[in-house]
Amino acid sequence: MQGMKKLGVGAFALFLSLSARADFTWNFPEPVTPMALDTLHVHNKFMLITAVIFVAVLAIMIYSIVTHRHSKGYKPVADKAPSTAVEIFWTLIPFAILLLIDFVIMGIPAYHSVVMMEDTRDQSTMVIKITGSQWRWQYEYLDGDAKGIKFVSNLATSNDQMHNEADKGEHYLLEVDNPLVLPVGEKVRILMTASDVLHNWWVPQFGSSRVAVPGFIRETWVQVEKAGVYRGQCKELCGKGHGYMPVVVNAVSKEEFAQWANKKQDEQKAANDVKEMTKDELVAQGKVVYEKNCAVCHQVTGAGLPPAFPALTGSKIATGPIFGADGKYQKDSHLDRVLNGKGVMPAWKATLNDTEIAAVITYERNALGNTAAVDALVQPAQVKAARE
Amino acid sequence: MASHSENHYFVPHGSIYPALISVGLLSMASGFVFNVTGSDTRLDGSIKNPALSYLATPGKYMMYLGLAIILTMMFKWLSTVVTESITGQYKKWEDKSFRIGMIVFICSEVAFFAAFFGALFYMRVLSVPDLASYAPDITPYKDFLSAWPSQGPGGTVLGEAYKPNPEFHPMSWSGLPLINTLLLLSSGATITWAHWGLIKNNRKQLIIGLFLTIALGVTFLCCQAAEYHHAYTEMGLTLKSGAYGATFFMLTGFHGFHVTIGTLMLIVIWLRSIKGHFTPEHHFGFEGVAWYWHFVDVVWLGLYIFVYML
Amino acid sequence: MSTTTVAHHDEHHDDHPTGIMRWLTTTNHKDIGTMYLTFSLVMFLVGGSMILGIRAELFKPGLQLMNPEFFNQLIGVHALIMIFAALMPAATGFANWMLPLQIGAPDMALPRLNNWGFWILPPSAILLTLPFTLALFGVGDGALATGWTFYPPLSVQGGIGVDFAIFAVHLLGISSVLGSINIIVTIYNMRAPGMTLMKMPMFAWGWLITAFLLIATIPVLAGAVTMLLTDRHFGTHFFDAAGGGDPIMFQHLFWFFGHPEVYILLLPVWGFIPQILQTFSRKPMYGYKAQVYSLWSIGALAVVVWAHHFFTAGMPVPALLYFMYSTMAISLPLAVLFYCWIRTMWKGSMSFETPMLFTVGWIILFGIGGLTGLVLADVAADAQYHNSYFVVAHFHYTLFAGGIMGIMAGVYYWLPKMTGHMYNEKLGKTHFWLTAISFNVTFIPQFFVGLAGMPRRIPDYALQFAEFNMISTVGAFVLGLSQLLFVYIILSCVKGGKKATDNVWEGAQGLEWTLPSPPPYHSFTEQPVVK
Ligand code: HEA
Ligand code: HEA
Ligand code: HEC
Ligand code: CUA
Ligand SMILES: [Cu+2]
Repeated sequence: MQGMKKLGVGAFALFLSLSARADFTWNFPEPVTPMALDTLHVHNKFMLITAVIFVAVLAIMIYSIVTHRHSKGYKPVADKAPSTAVEIFWTLIPFAILLLIDFVIMGIPAYHSVVMMEDTRDQSTMVIKITGSQWRWQYEYLDGDAKGIKFVSNLATSNDQMHNEADKGEHYLLEVDNPLVLPVGEKVRILMTASDVLHNWWVPQFGSSRVAVPGFIRETWVQVEKAGVYRGQCKELCGKGHGYMPVVVNAVSKEEFAQWANKKQDEQKAANDVKEMTKDELVAQGKVVYEKNCAVCHQVTGAGLPPAFPALTGSKIATGPIFGADGKYQKDSHLDRVLNGKGVMPAWKATLNDTEIAAVITYERNALGNTAAVDALVQPAQVKAARE
Repeated sequence: MASHSENHYFVPHGSIYPALISVGLLSMASGFVFNVTGSDTRLDGSIKNPALSYLATPGKYMMYLGLAIILTMMFKWLSTVVTESITGQYKKWEDKSFRIGMIVFICSEVAFFAAFFGALFYMRVLSVPDLASYAPDITPYKDFLSAWPSQGPGGTVLGEAYKPNPEFHPMSWSGLPLINTLLLLSSGATITWAHWGLIKNNRKQLIIGLFLTIALGVTFLCCQAAEYHHAYTEMGLTLKSGAYGATFFMLTGFHGFHVTIGTLMLIVIWLRSIKGHFTPEHHFGFEGVAWYWHFVDVVWLGLYIFVYML
Repeated sequence: MSTTTVAHHDEHHDDHPTGIMRWLTTTNHKDIGTMYLTFSLVMFLVGGSMILGIRAELFKPGLQLMNPEFFNQLIGVHALIMIFAALMPAATGFANWMLPLQIGAPDMALPRLNNWGFWILPPSAILLTLPFTLALFGVGDGALATGWTFYPPLSVQGGIGVDFAIFAVHLLGISSVLGSINIIVTIYNMRAPGMTLMKMPMFAWGWLITAFLLIATIPVLAGAVTMLLTDRHFGTHFFDAAGGGDPIMFQHLFWFFGHPEVYILLLPVWGFIPQILQTFSRKPMYGYKAQVYSLWSIGALAVVVWAHHFFTAGMPVPALLYFMYSTMAISLPLAVLFYCWIRTMWKGSMSFETPMLFTVGWIILFGIGGLTGLVLADVAADAQYHNSYFVVAHFHYTLFAGGIMGIMAGVYYWLPKMTGHMYNEKLGKTHFWLTAISFNVTFIPQFFVGLAGMPRRIPDYALQFAEFNMISTVGAFVLGLSQLLFVYIILSCVKGGKKATDNVWEGAQGLEWTLPSPPPYHSFTEQPVVK
């Protein structure tokens, strides 16, 4: 038993030495929205109360354990024939204490927090729509300076880091290619939905988390009060990529936000201009798109993970013809599959733009061990036409 | 010695039937999974798992095998119980156990139906109106209006496109359903009449009453089959018709399944009555079935009100 | 004719078959109880080994041992096995062994049904784990990967493992319903003359309420997974917005069962814990009536608070408030129970044999679980706690500490009665300390990573959570190894050891202690009369 005590002490010492890492917190991370602040207060208060109950009860128990021992020759009090009225009276005391705690001391602040949390519309100045899909977030600004901006935010951590083949970066698993950008100080109403399964958009420092339900629209809000980069994760099990679906929010001043919005809008316009591209250009861009969006399932090499995720290398669809004699794309062709998806394979038409789709298809047909004999090249214009 | 047997609780011999039924259940369940995995199709009719389609046939046989084991063992178990009963092993004390057990079992059946009624209320009152309530600029369902019966707004989920059937009609409360209601209600009366016969030791009344109940039950099932046929062929109403179709068929389907079981049990006690089993004092077998039948009746009333009428 | 009722068994019933046929065909409540308990222990080890795989993967950041799909499968199957195949059968096993002894019954009321209830369990355990094996042969892609909660649409999307799990749940449900019917009937119909309901041992009360909860909720779960099955294969739209259904509806149905389930798991324990306390405090339990009323109110509240498991799924404010306050209300009867337990110890003459050690440890650790549960009930703060490791820590304090450790207390308490031998007290105490300490080492860190923002059900995590996860993994392995000691203690106690007296413990009260240890194959040939 001595050994065990040592073990316990050792573990405890290790425990105390933990504050080493800078961004670890022993409590909720630093709140940056009114909601998170409120939540933290509620949490602290409740924790304190429960700790007091725990310690008080524990103290009584320990006192009893130490004194009322058989080995010490303590004689049990002869509880008189249990007078039930008296017993019931005594048992009502703990009842009353918890009644007070539950419905007054804890209940009232809890009431106010809930009301505040659910009030998404009052004084909100901006609306964004967040769509969760396996396994990326899609952001769309519905009004204001940034109206019309729409982009996808993917995990940016490299595969090598995940498989311990490269050193892990500082924000391992909590970094994305396109963070959501929000202006500081504005109350932003968030509409939440999903395209396939449930997801949950969660940034601990914002104190808001809401399930994204496919087909339904749920609401929450954030009002970031301090500029900075905030990180969180998807919090509802959504399949194998659930651990790889981070949320990164970049909160910037209103001016910076306006600038960013302008720039982004221009970029988006340029990307929507469909222009003729060479095969090399397409393959080069396609590789980027592929590794970001498709490699989770079909793997970087194109080998897939059969039987769940088919290999693209040697796939009939990825090497066979796309366009029929009439120039239209055929059902179950490569373009059809990528645009419209099937089963677990997502539909990409709402997520990727014409150039990206053209690029990724061209890439798949000319790399990953494939050389397509027909329709080796798909042009953005053809994708655009296919959408109609 | 007289008082002795009064207070004797019957603990039966060991029996292998329960363990074998479990084997049957295992075979049936896994067979079902194999079969359904192998043969499953999408809404558009294509096979979901072509790579696993070879599982369908062996799965089917496993299912049948399991079912055969279960039915055989059930039958044998039941015969043992009947033998024990007619050789007078069960006295008041055992009888009371069976009664309480049956009541509790029926309560669990009530809870099972409650889940489906709950689903019906939830969709009618919450999810269908919710889906129709979003502001026009953000809703994915532009022209969807909340009204019951509903097949839902349609759309693509998990890569499968679902379109509500424009030719769809809900089931009306009159016609066959009304006839069915009358059938079941009168079957409740005939079984009570049979019970009176049993208590008065009027065997003829017992046997005729049971026969009438069975006949009504079978007629009910035929009517329901006709109703389903009509729904599938002429009304565009199928299991796949959104919220309405799903709840309609699952509720009436499980009810129909219970009527089938009930009718089979009625046939068993009918045959037993003909053979001269049951006495005015001692007839748990009869009463258990009668309770079950009344329960099935009450569920139908709930169905008739909430599925057909409202 | 005397007032004594005599229960005789069939004369020829005494020469029951031996070997495997004895167990396959038995209708004897003790045999069936033994089978339940053995099955539970085996499944505990199976479920525990699975989670050790998880903890090993989480030892450090990065993917070391398994791919994420397999990780998800292990989590869900771990939970289903632990809850349905380890904890519930353990409680049913005790019920079979002890209820007839405690209420002076000749046997369970429906012995053949009882046997069936047990024999459904092994097939369901097979159904749960079969997909792992099938995947090795290229059939399907493994067990269900949705967590134990089956949430659609993920479970609609999933593969063959989901179907197997659905049927496993159906069978487990049938087994529980059969067990509950039997227990309710036994309690109402088989009590010894003079044992009124209000004189029943607390364990019988705990189980009676459990059985009612099972009857009310298990069929709802069966209905929910049936809808899932038809959504998966027959084109219904229960959980699909396109047809007017709603994935959240599944959560309502699931938790309408799932929340009462947590009390189903603990009510039997809350039944026998006061009995252990009174034995080792050498003093009758305090507040019998208050405890009975509390158990009833917990049972009643259990079925009306389910939505606290998905506060973040989006509900109208009044609903949120209702579910918050009703959930908090459960702490009132529990406070009464805690009070009665401690008041039973108070001014007793306590000794600390292994069962008592486990009981005291249980009170403290379950207290932590309960108090953190109370905190979780707060809607606003739950936005942070929900699906984080804070919840994982909460429910292991209730499920492992409150459930498994409670069961262990019961095992040590009744093992001498069941086997006729004393277990090795020294090893028992070692087992307690090892378990209690390593349990805390495993799960305290999880409270902190949870608060700091680590979601549950992820195979890999950000760097700031690394140290805590490492400690937790070390703790889990020590915890796991300690359970091998438990197995050893039980086995050696079954094989031999000091003979146990009839009364075993100095302060033990109740009918089961009036019988020899081990009790004869047919316990009460004369039904005792309670005055
Ligand atoms: C047996 C199991 C068990 C028990 C008993 C409880 C008990 C309680 N649980 Fe827990 N809970 C689970 C098992 C259990 N839970 C599981 C498995 C989950 C997660 C499921 C999943 O998502 O997978 C969960 C999740 C869960 C949630 C959802 C969290 C989330 O996902 O966001 C909530 C929220 O309200 C909650 C609340 C409660 C409450 C209020 C109690 C109350 O009953 C507690 C009442 C007790 C007290 C209030 C203690 C009183 C004590 C004292 C007065 C003194 C104590 C001091 C000493 C002894 C020193 N639980
Ligand atoms: C009764 C219920 C019960 C019990 C007893 C346990 C026991 C344990 N649980 Fe479990 N757990 C759940 C119910 C339970 N759990 C539930 C409901 C979930 C949620 C699932 C979900 O998200 O869907 C969960 C999830 C869960 C997670 C979260 C996974 C995640 O979200 O990513 C973790 C992580 O640490 C965990 C750990 C443990 C550990 C270390 C034990 C230990 O106590 C286990 C100790 C036992 C053993 C280890 C076995 C005995 C030893 C051997 C077989 C010998 C071999 C040993 C060695 C070689 C060392 N559990
Ligand atoms: C969520 C996982 C997932 C992602 C991400 C994904 N796919 Fe797929 N893909 C699938 C699955 C599953 C199928 C098989 C669909 C079926 O036939 O049922 C598939 C099939 C395909 C096929 C047809 C292969 C064949 O031979 O059947 C092509 C081509 C394809 N995907 C391309 C892509 C491209 C391009 C991307 C990225 C832009 C991508 N996939 C991203 C899961 C995914
Ligand atoms: Cu998306 Cu988890
Ligand atoms: Cu709960």
